[in-house]
Amino acid sequence: MDKIPILRMGAFLLVTIQVDLYDRLALNLETDLVNMVHKTGARGVLIDISAVSIVDSFMGRILGNIASMTRVLDAETVVVGMQPAVAITLIELGLSLSGVYTALDVERGMALLQTKLGSDDELTDDDADYTE
Amino acid sequence: MTNSVAQFLKKNKALLLDTWIQKQLASDTLRDDLMTNDELRLQSEELVDLLVKSVNDNNIEQTESASFDELFELLSAISMSRARQGFSPRETGLYIFSLKEAIFELLQQDLSSDPLLLFKTSLKFNRLLDSFGVVTFETFIKGREEVIFRQTEEISDISTPVIQVWDGILALPIIGTLDSARTQVVMESLLQKIVDTGSGIAILDISGVPAVDSLVAQHLIKTVSATRLMGADCIISGIRPEIAQTVVHLGIDLSNIITKASLASALKHAFSMNRLTVKRAESEKKVL
Amino acid sequence: MMLITLSKDSIAITREQDVVPLRNRVKEVAVKIGMGLVNQTKLITAASELVRNMLRYAGTGTVLIEVVSRGRETGVRLTFSDKGPGIADISLAMQDGYSTGKSLGLGLPGTRRLVNDFSIQSAVGQGTTVTILKWKNG
Repeated sequence: MDKIPILRMGAFLLVTIQVDLYDRLALNLETDLVNMVHKTGARGVLIDISAVSIVDSFMGRILGNIASMTRVLDAETVVVGMQPAVAITLIELGLSLSGVYTALDVERGMALLQTKLGSDDELTDDDADYTE
Repeated sequence: MTNSVAQFLKKNKALLLDTWIQKQLASDTLRDDLMTNDELRLQSEELVDLLVKSVNDNNIEQTESASFDELFELLSAISMSRARQGFSPRETGLYIFSLKEAIFELLQQDLSSDPLLLFKTSLKFNRLLDSFGVVTFETFIKGREEVIFRQTEEISDISTPVIQVWDGILALPIIGTLDSARTQVVMESLLQKIVDTGSGIAILDISGVPAVDSLVAQHLIKTVSATRLMGADCIISGIRPEIAQTVVHLGIDLSNIITKASLASALKHAFSMNRLTVKRAESEKKVL
Repeated sequence: MMLITLSKDSIAITREQDVVPLRNRVKEVAVKIGMGLVNQTKLITAASELVRNMLRYAGTGTVLIEVVSRGRETGVRLTFSDKGPGIADISLAMQDGYSTGKSLGLGLPGTRRLVNDFSIQSAVGQGTTVTILKWKNG
């Protein structure tokens, strides 16, 4: 069975989707990612879809699910590199992926995750200050 | 007289062409600026040739007959090229109607001894040439429509300039009505430019949009959502007071979209999002 | 004006793995007639939605891929036919947000927005036929 590789980069996981996903592959990715987030305690997930030419409602639902599931595990998901034609089609289809963070490329996605984590850390620092 | 029409045409072919050309040259609708007289003669000759070849007593009253296909094709081609060259409908129409006049003139000379036959034959030619006129007119309009179609495409191509106003900031001034076809073009060029320049912020300026109804608003929201899917932020600027009023009256929800009254304030907002500040350079006097 | 079919091709859909080859075949045809990238993407996404519906509700079916022309326009027409359970209330199925299966319920109405022509015929117990058409410049 084909598998989409998940790379670990510090506190983040990086997934680059290079092939057209059929349903089973996409569902496997969902399970693998959630397991991986749980196992590694990753704080962020980057899904690079710049090589994906089609995102239909099923794929869109998987992306949304991954974001919600990782959020429960205290990790944010950022989808990066969506092609213009894919974005236009998704909007026309009525799917705006409202619960998912997006970024232009992996680098910016990484920066976005860092700021999200950064503000989180500050908050815990503040808490610490108050308890002292 | 079994084939009087065909005979008449064959006999008078040269004369018909001459009479017709003369009529065209004498007419004040002659456009020798668009077409030389030689070209006109050549075109007319081709048409008369085909007319003489195709028309006979059997088919003259059946304008739908397949034997006229070639003739109609030529007529369409002539009419189409005239539409593109910029002839007026009147000029194009008179081109065919002057042929009718020429035929009538010759018929009159030929059949002056038999008024009844003259009348009958004239009537037949009249019907045939009227159908020529209709074909000419139809294709003329089609030709013009094609010109309009091409121009519309050109306009929509040039009317969506995406400008990079700053490193990482794009602006797109929309001028004119935003219909769904236009929205497609706007979205495509904006999103492509976002990818090409790696810009994180896009400003959509609608000061040039005459009115915003719920459909236009929907198109704007779509564009903003698509930009967001790509991972960029979109600001809508140039919202005039009357647009703000209609938007609220129509119950359109723009609360999820960053909106600014002017392009300048949108740019300022974009700067602050990118943590940029614009400062007046300190004057020399102050430094001293 | 008359719709003329310029070429025809039929693909049988029996399992989930047939979705990707179908998309590729549709893409090939769309590229051949010179369809722009955005319209291609819309057409292929629409095909993907419909073939998924077919697999989910009927299990198997066939897709007819045609290149058609009308006047100066050229386009791709896809016909999805299955012998599945059929749809009892088509107008209900065409409403945004309605779904019987476990999807987002964007299937049919969303798909309709992606193409120029959309028609659906269905009889309960006999099957469903969905036809979509996307013009090259539509």
